[in-house]
Amino acid sequence: MENRYTLVEHQRPYTYQEGDLTVTRGSAWNGPGCHLGCGVLLYTDAAGRLVKVEGDPENPFNHGRLCVRCLDAIESVYNEGRLMYPMKRAREDRGKDAWERISWDEALDLIADNLNAVKERYGAEAVIFQQGTGRDIAPWITRLCWSFGSPNYCFGMSGMSCFLPRVAGCAATTGAMWVADYSQQFADRYDNPEWECPGVVVVWGNNPVVANSDGAYGHWVIDVMKRGAKLVVVDPRRTWLANHSDAFLQIRPGTDAALAMGILNVIISEDRYDHEFVERWCYGFEELAERVAAYTPERTEEITWVPADKIVEAARMIADAGSAAFQWGVAIDMTKEAIPAGQAISAIFEITGNIDNPGGMIAPPSILPYSGGWGQDLMSPEQAAKRIGLDKYSLLNFGFQMASTDELIKAIETEEPYPIKAAWIQTTNPLANTAPDPERTLAAYRKLDFIACVDLYMTPTAMALADVLLPAATFPERDGIRCGDNVQRGEVINKVISLGECKSDQEINLLLGKRLNPEAWPWESVEEMYGEVLKDTGMTFAELREQAPAYLPFAYRKYEKGLLRPDGQPGFNTQTGRIELWSTFYNQAGLDPLPYFEEPTPGPASTPELLDEYPLVVTTGARTWSMFHSEHRQVPRMRALHPDPLIQMNPKTAEACGVTEGDWVWVENQRGRCERKVSLTPIVDERVCSTDAAWWFPEQPGEEEAGLFGMWDVNIGKLIGYEPGRAGFGSNYKTLLCKVYKVEEGE
Amino acid sequence: MGKHALLIDTNWCTGCHSCEVACQVEHDLPLGQYGIKLSQVGPWEIAPDKWQDTWVPVPTDQCDTCARRRAAGKLPTCVQHCQAQCMEFGDAVELAEKAGARGMALFVL
Repeated sequence: MENRYTLVEHQRPYTYQEGDLTVTRGSAWNGPGCHLGCGVLLYTDAAGRLVKVEGDPENPFNHGRLCVRCLDAIESVYNEGRLMYPMKRAREDRGKDAWERISWDEALDLIADNLNAVKERYGAEAVIFQQGTGRDIAPWITRLCWSFGSPNYCFGMSGMSCFLPRVAGCAATTGAMWVADYSQQFADRYDNPEWECPGVVVVWGNNPVVANSDGAYGHWVIDVMKRGAKLVVVDPRRTWLANHSDAFLQIRPGTDAALAMGILNVIISEDRYDHEFVERWCYGFEELAERVAAYTPERTEEITWVPADKIVEAARMIADAGSAAFQWGVAIDMTKEAIPAGQAISAIFEITGNIDNPGGMIAPPSILPYSGGWGQDLMSPEQAAKRIGLDKYSLLNFGFQMASTDELIKAIETEEPYPIKAAWIQTTNPLANTAPDPERTLAAYRKLDFIACVDLYMTPTAMALADVLLPAATFPERDGIRCGDNVQRGEVINKVISLGECKSDQEINLLLGKRLNPEAWPWESVEEMYGEVLKDTGMTFAELREQAPAYLPFAYRKYEKGLLRPDGQPGFNTQTGRIELWSTFYNQAGLDPLPYFEEPTPGPASTPELLDEYPLVVTTGARTWSMFHSEHRQVPRMRALHPDPLIQMNPKTAEACGVTEGDWVWVENQRGRCERKVSLTPIVDERVCSTDAAWWFPEQPGEEEAGLFGMWDVNIGKLIGYEPGRAGFGSNYKTLLCKVYKVEEGE
Repeated sequence: MGKHALLIDTNWCTGCHSCEVACQVEHDLPLGQYGIKLSQVGPWEIAPDKWQDTWVPVPTDQCDTCARRRAAGKLPTCVQHCQAQCMEFGDAVELAEKAGARGMALFVL
């Protein structure tokens, strides 16, 4: 064990007896849900059955706390909807419940034969490798994709509008990703002498206590509020956090860039920025100041609907706080011009010196950088250059090395620039969740010669598309390491049970990798494979599991110490060595080098002529306590907490639409419509409504002719199109126009 | 021996439902029954920028104070899993003395 890692003192070994039960310590990653990997204690009985999941009080990540989804994990794990063995189906039977059980060997051989046949005829690039949310997929699927020779690792969301825009934007303009400092990098957390409580936390574009997004445990916001942090909330909804904040900015969806530039305007014109940091470490301040000059508080109010005095108040609070931590979230990514919006918000924390400082924004330390994938060198430069979208969007070179989803759908449809013929879809349910325009998405994917899916449950995506379907394990059924987003630690997931013939995603990737390119997958077991990832830690998987969590070395102000650049020089890993408020890269790429705001289209300002027909702004994807994306609809306790897809409406708006609490309504725009149940609440503006997403009904008939588990009735993606921002990133999921009217009887 | 109580600082309760579900799985309660149940007060506007928006977890007759857990040296499951860490279990008289701030609720069990 290398002593540069800081360990937590454990009272017991990682597994021990407690009465009749065996208790095993570990991390919960995942599925079921989510982005985090909380410390858990898994209780198993003498029969080898998981009987209880509790939070691990020794784990500094969550300090013994848990959300409802983990507390109720047993209902997810032992669910009658779980897939238990591999299955196949004839290509012409796609969409039909015509599955045939097969062995793992047959399934993996079948997949390998089909993918190799496509490779031989069309090239490896004709196979796409698709993942979804921040589960433990990225390192393994990238290795599978790249070692096969395909550059087309992908994620089925227009503009890759989840996390990727912020990651790519930060990488391009600062050379690193920045996350709020809640002391999560220290084993002793809030007691660590180097850490300081943020003077202010700025919650922008997420509801962290519900969402727990990007590897940040949402209730850390509460922890730091209790320790004195003030709170600024930017949200279209007056959430609980908003009502407990010091300043609440109720923003019109999709106008985040304008609001950020309004705040920058106040900070700069009132001379409240950090002169020393800006002069020494930032590039292009004068140009930024000039750009935001037009965004006076009054002008910003007109655009964003946030009162001018609130903008001034928030700007002063942030600038004068000493330290400010930005809990920025996915709503920023889910607007069409997400890149300049993220750039504008970043500029606030950059010019106030909240970079790499205690209580500000930190660059998370990592064992295996989350966005980098694993094994890109396995693919030849010629193959890498064929990545779909790279010729059009050079920002794809930064962060996750993914294909452009919007160019990919066109490539499948047109076979230009080359044919796409097969898909490996791993533990993701895009048709019900991330995909815009699900009819178009389904029609395109249906063209593919071969599709293999991996999942925990039968989903609308698997039912509609899979030729081979493999059953994945949940977290208590697998061994693993948590190299995820935000701060990484040496953290393990421990297998305590086995179900049916389920295998972990990682084992599935290893077994298939061995068939497709054995040299790239030399390991005999997942444990050996994890050993390779953990090599630099000096620990084997078996050693780490006894010690975990192990905290990596961490230093503030790395830019002063030459720790951010590969050449060891002070500064940031950008062309100018500084934080680029004016981006050299964007300029070279033909993009605007400065942040800008563009009105969402359609929208009340850009298409006023549509307001007669579609008078309301609707924002989609509201998070709920008990459901993670398209999961948990078949889990009784979780479904009981949120039984129906809802649209939150102001009572006055509902009255104007002739609908009321509990009514089933159509939410419709110029693209399509879907059903929702009305929930009246004063927390939304009269001009705005908000809805959750990713709905389907596992209890309804699944065959495509029968409606794919009711998905078509409630799929909000029908209102959304494949329309990315100029840089190829971002799309308008969070801001659409709509009308709302009652579902008539018999409809 | 004095009575037990739960002291809840409702200023911090976010309504996350962890107490409810932790209790249901600990005591194997059927759907729709609770040993502790959230009650929502609000949200409504009192004055501009001043809103009532409060959650209160209320222990029910099915709360057994997690006697078995406590005998094993553990916290009641609702207290341990409370994400906002706004619940405290202990002696009713001692906790009453700590209930000094507005918005704190003491439930004698």
